[in-house]
Amino acid sequence: MSILLTGETRAIVQGLGKEGQFHAERMLQYGTKLVGGIRPGKAGEAVLGLPAFNTVEDAVTETGANASIIFVPAQFAADAAVEAIEAKLDLIVLITEGIPPLDMLKIKQLLKRSKTRLIGPNCPGIITPGIGKLGIMPVEIYRPGKCGLISRSGTLTYEVAAQITNAGLGQSTCLGIGGDPIIGTTHKDALELFNNDPETDMVALIGEIGGSDEEIAAKYIKKYMKKPVVAFIAGSTAPPGKRMGHAGAIIAGGKGTAAEKKEALRNAGVTVCDSPADIGIAAKKVLEG
Amino acid sequence: MIKTLVGEARQRGVRLKIHEFQAKELFRKYDIPVPGGRATSSAEETRHIAESIPGPYVVKAQIHAGGRGKGGGIKLASDPSQAELAAKQILGMNLVTHQTGPEGKIVKKVLVESASDIAREIYLGAVIDRELSQVVIISSTEGGMEIEAVAVKTPEKIHKTWIDPAVGLMPFQARSICFGLGLTGQAHKDGVTCIQNLYRMFVSEDLTLAEINPLVVTKDGKILALDAKVNLDNDAFFRHKGHAELRDLNEEDPLEVEASKHNLNYIKLSGSVGCMVNGAGLAMATMDLIKLSGGSPANFLDVGGTASSEAVEKAFRILMMDKSVKCVLINIFGGIVRCDRVATGVVEAIRNIGNVTVPIVARLEGTNAKEGIEILQNSGLEFHTISGFKEAAEKAVQLAGGA
Repeated sequence: MSILLTGETRAIVQGLGKEGQFHAERMLQYGTKLVGGIRPGKAGEAVLGLPAFNTVEDAVTETGANASIIFVPAQFAADAAVEAIEAKLDLIVLITEGIPPLDMLKIKQLLKRSKTRLIGPNCPGIITPGIGKLGIMPVEIYRPGKCGLISRSGTLTYEVAAQITNAGLGQSTCLGIGGDPIIGTTHKDALELFNNDPETDMVALIGEIGGSDEEIAAKYIKKYMKKPVVAFIAGSTAPPGKRMGHAGAIIAGGKGTAAEKKEALRNAGVTVCDSPADIGIAAKKVLEG
Repeated sequence: MIKTLVGEARQRGVRLKIHEFQAKELFRKYDIPVPGGRATSSAEETRHIAESIPGPYVVKAQIHAGGRGKGGGIKLASDPSQAELAAKQILGMNLVTHQTGPEGKIVKKVLVESASDIAREIYLGAVIDRELSQVVIISSTEGGMEIEAVAVKTPEKIHKTWIDPAVGLMPFQARSICFGLGLTGQAHKDGVTCIQNLYRMFVSEDLTLAEINPLVVTKDGKILALDAKVNLDNDAFFRHKGHAELRDLNEEDPLEVEASKHNLNYIKLSGSVGCMVNGAGLAMATMDLIKLSGGSPANFLDVGGTASSEAVEKAFRILMMDKSVKCVLINIFGGIVRCDRVATGVVEAIRNIGNVTVPIVARLEGTNAKEGIEILQNSGLEFHTISGFKEAAEKAVQLAGGA
């Protein structure tokens, strides 16, 4: 099983420019079922052996695609995402960074009225080790296993995935939910999915300063989570009022601090690591006692 | 919640803030009524501007921080020559407010305006509610004071109206806000128009914050925005040609300005361990680990997911400009970017810069880490290559001489 990205996932690529092609090639190498690409006006011209379509709707009709990964530049990303939502795909992975928040507000409203699950934007994507990846992550650090991983970051996710693998464990699915203030899938949404996934025995949650996503996740964990959770919150040393790279990572009005988030998670029974170097060990302890 | 919403929007990155006089020009474009007046950097011109508008006058320091009045940055003047005198006092002063930090800000511009006869002060603001993914209009009868303080003391006096982005702000919502504010007659009608214009400006200009505090009702029943605070969204600069020019480099840390020229995310901090990391989350985690190891980070620096050799060189130059850096910790997790390429970039950067004397701890992990480490070790330059995350941070702290 695993979540979202499974053996049943058949994905198209929106945005087959240099970056899109580079990553499409690696997704194919990993065994991901990619069934086509969107190249408006260039239908029929295959790229990397992937048939090209003018529209997402055409691709769905022709290939039965149920997912998409989007690499188009920020100016056009909202358009691409809405097209994919309107085509009723199950899963959209939005890699693009720098999408204006007001565009994301519109996309979020559409998502509320649809069955589509959107991951991102500004994220590394999703990988189900051994099954496939819709994302830009290096695959060598992952092993199939029982640990679900949710993170707002990119390279820090790789760091943690590697720690989990080095601890002799593996991952069911790893989800980079993105560093923007407005994102399609939140920590809580992802926890819910892992909670109901029989292939996941525990979850590692990697949060960061800013917003209240981790606090909301803590509330969910306290009430509903049946599986152990380990967590790390990045940004304990970040000064207030400064945007730490990610648009979403900012402490404001004394809110969104790492200390607050850690406390909320601890109160919910989560094993919170103060050091980012200890997450793999903590996961092993939680899973194997 | 209001505290978080407004506070966050207000502080989201210095690059997005603009001055009051710039915000008021934007207000004029959207027919939000503002007092007559203009900004200048000359005391003499202050008098000329005053002569062209009705008195009495108010002369206001233009810096990116609130609390200007208390710090002596806002002065009243009864005639044009007094306005000139006020401008003389304000221009060039080092204005310290609760938002500037103890070091203060040098005032380079003043805004000269006609002063108003105030009957009532109201608060009106628009921000993005991150949790509900909607724009929210915040209104309060308690204008002229910090909205955060109002939210703490009298939360019942704060009214919130969420706007569905697909439907937009409906007239009944604007009316309802004005009823809540107790506006009547012409002021009610003008208030409704003002709120509609505020929302129209917010979405048309891709703002992340628009605040009028206070919005006043004058003694003759007119609505007027006495102050204006607007934050832009630099992710939306591609569809707003003039926005990038509204940035004021004087308001920013010089090293941060330099870094932003090269699309590097750099934030100066006060510690001694310079950090160079790929990815914002890992960069924050690296700072945290330095602190846990007994040291203190000199900066936040994300060289980007791809860590190109140009980015690495620029980043290194910026770290070297910070004289408090006693040791550099490079932490790269190779993914799509290969560690051997990053290592080559680092070696080239140090050779090009020359004369790098601070010790460098390098931790390379992930794709081609082994090859990368070999490149560093065979470069003839001195690197402390350490594979453990924790061990690397500890070594860097030790080489920097502790905290």
